[in-house]
Amino acid sequence: MIVANKKKIKDMAENFSESGAGRSLWKDARIRFIQNKAATISLFVLLAIVSFSFIGPYFAVWSYEQIDWNAMGSAARVGMPSIESGHYFGTDDLGRDLYSRVIQGTQISLMVGVLGASVAVIVGTLYGATSGYLGGKTDQIMMRIVDILMSIPYMFVLILLLVVFGRSIGMLFIGIGLLSWLDMSRIVRGQTLNLKNKEFIEAAKVTGVSDFKIITRHIVPNLLGIVAVYATLLVPGIILAESFISFLGLGVQEPSTSWGALIKEGSGTISYDTEWQLLFPLAFFVVSLFCFYFIGDGLRDALDPKER
Amino acid sequence: MINYIIKRIGIAIPTLLILIAVSFYLMHAAPGGPFTSERPLPPQVLANIEAKYGLDQPIWRQMINYLSGIITEFDFGPSYKYHDRTVNEIIGRGFPITLKYGFWSFIAAIGVGIPLGAIAAIRKNTWIDYLAVGVSIGAQVLPNFVMAPLLIIVFTLWLDWLPGGGWNGGSWEYLVMPVIALSTSYMASIARITRSSMLEVLNTNYIRTAKSKGLPTKVIFFRHVLKPSLLPVISYLGPAFVGLITGSVLIDIYFSTGGMGYFFVNAAFNRDYSVMMGITIVVGGLTILFSLIADLLYAWIDPKIRY
Repeated sequence: MIVANKKKIKDMAENFSESGAGRSLWKDARIRFIQNKAATISLFVLLAIVSFSFIGPYFAVWSYEQIDWNAMGSAARVGMPSIESGHYFGTDDLGRDLYSRVIQGTQISLMVGVLGASVAVIVGTLYGATSGYLGGKTDQIMMRIVDILMSIPYMFVLILLLVVFGRSIGMLFIGIGLLSWLDMSRIVRGQTLNLKNKEFIEAAKVTGVSDFKIITRHIVPNLLGIVAVYATLLVPGIILAESFISFLGLGVQEPSTSWGALIKEGSGTISYDTEWQLLFPLAFFVVSLFCFYFIGDGLRDALDPKER
Repeated sequence: MINYIIKRIGIAIPTLLILIAVSFYLMHAAPGGPFTSERPLPPQVLANIEAKYGLDQPIWRQMINYLSGIITEFDFGPSYKYHDRTVNEIIGRGFPITLKYGFWSFIAAIGVGIPLGAIAAIRKNTWIDYLAVGVSIGAQVLPNFVMAPLLIIVFTLWLDWLPGGGWNGGSWEYLVMPVIALSTSYMASIARITRSSMLEVLNTNYIRTAKSKGLPTKVIFFRHVLKPSLLPVISYLGPAFVGLITGSVLIDIYFSTGGMGYFFVNAAFNRDYSVMMGITIVVGGLTILFSLIADLLYAWIDPKIRY
């Protein structure tokens, strides 16, 4: 187990260190991360869930939209989890295979989480770094805009967006991503303010490097640690938001599904003795979120400059 | 202080205007007008309806009309789907309900969260500390839309203690589950924030001084520890309020309480833009007002804050 983790973490660390940070710093962080048992185990479990969502379909007997007419409408009697019928996780009320649907939901929820977080990270980092680096009036105005956007109840605006531009998965993650970069930009700005008076930035300025290049080549790479930490913590937040929207029925559309949609379906039929319809998706949801939070905490302990 | 208040209000008003402008623009960017239906209306009829609602005027004129309606008469216009109802009536029906369970959830989150965090900090590394930390991590991954079905399974289906939904004028047995489902995760966040900030305060030099000069524990706690360690909690109240309001959408759907969230989601499915806009603006206005109050409270408690 440890070996698998080491490899993964090494890859991760190498990715980071390509961007110019000193090697010893990342090695240091890696050692600290491995010492954190909860975080290491979480990383392993999460990898297992991710690989399950890719390998799982090869073992599925039914596809996620195929209806088993035997089980349709009588899920409580026929559709329980069993190996023989090929419904490893049972079926939903329409007789569709829950195993395949959970896999599909896992893929979609994780994809929305990761893509949404990427949008938020890119926008937030560039915005925050620009604001912090330029300083003065520009900084004030840019941060005022963030203040303004922060006090808008974004879930309502997101639902408005989804209704106006049509409900689609693309709109969903763009919307969530565009609305959740605000925290990121604040954190990044604070770090940039610390960085911008360092000697190497001054040296770059003196040699005539343009502002844009200083931000993208010198400031942003040095922010990667803190960005990695908050990106990991952002993913579960976005998955929660997506699930919330899907739970309301405004997110992912049938026959596609996501954790939120599956939990909604499962909780809707809870009084018909079909508790597996709630428990399987709920277990995947809760365990994955736990993992993301623990990994984020572990990364923060390993990378946060405050702790050093 | 006065300067700060003026500055802070100077942010709040443009925020509200931006919110109105954005939602107004979104509504008009929508493909098809509010009266486009599957069975197309005769053009003459459509023109008459649009003239009645003022939709034939240029968009800036419509926007000014809409804005002045809100500012002068607090009028959000008619609902486009229910021709006998105005947006005001819909908000008037849903709002008191949302306000009632929202208020109790807020009280529960603060009233349980702060003491729980404080006890955890004072009795650090005892079972109560572990319990509080465990609960707060658990609550993070059990959001309201998971809490709600779980509560119904336990209290309605298994124990049969509480009704599974409805409002009934807001009597307590209909309030319990919505309040628990809505407040748990904020309660946990508040407990966690209180705990960590109180631990920080407890480690400061002035607390050590207070202890070494022999002040009784009670005095140290209430006079020296409590106030500074509540500052981060106060700055969390704004986001918590936004979260509660957002969560209320789900509570209304799941427990059929009939608050604003119910009308909002219904309007979202019916593409009833004027209702959606009205609710978004009311909720946004409330949020902005609340974060204004929270900021002023913060500035009042911590005189170092001056922008």
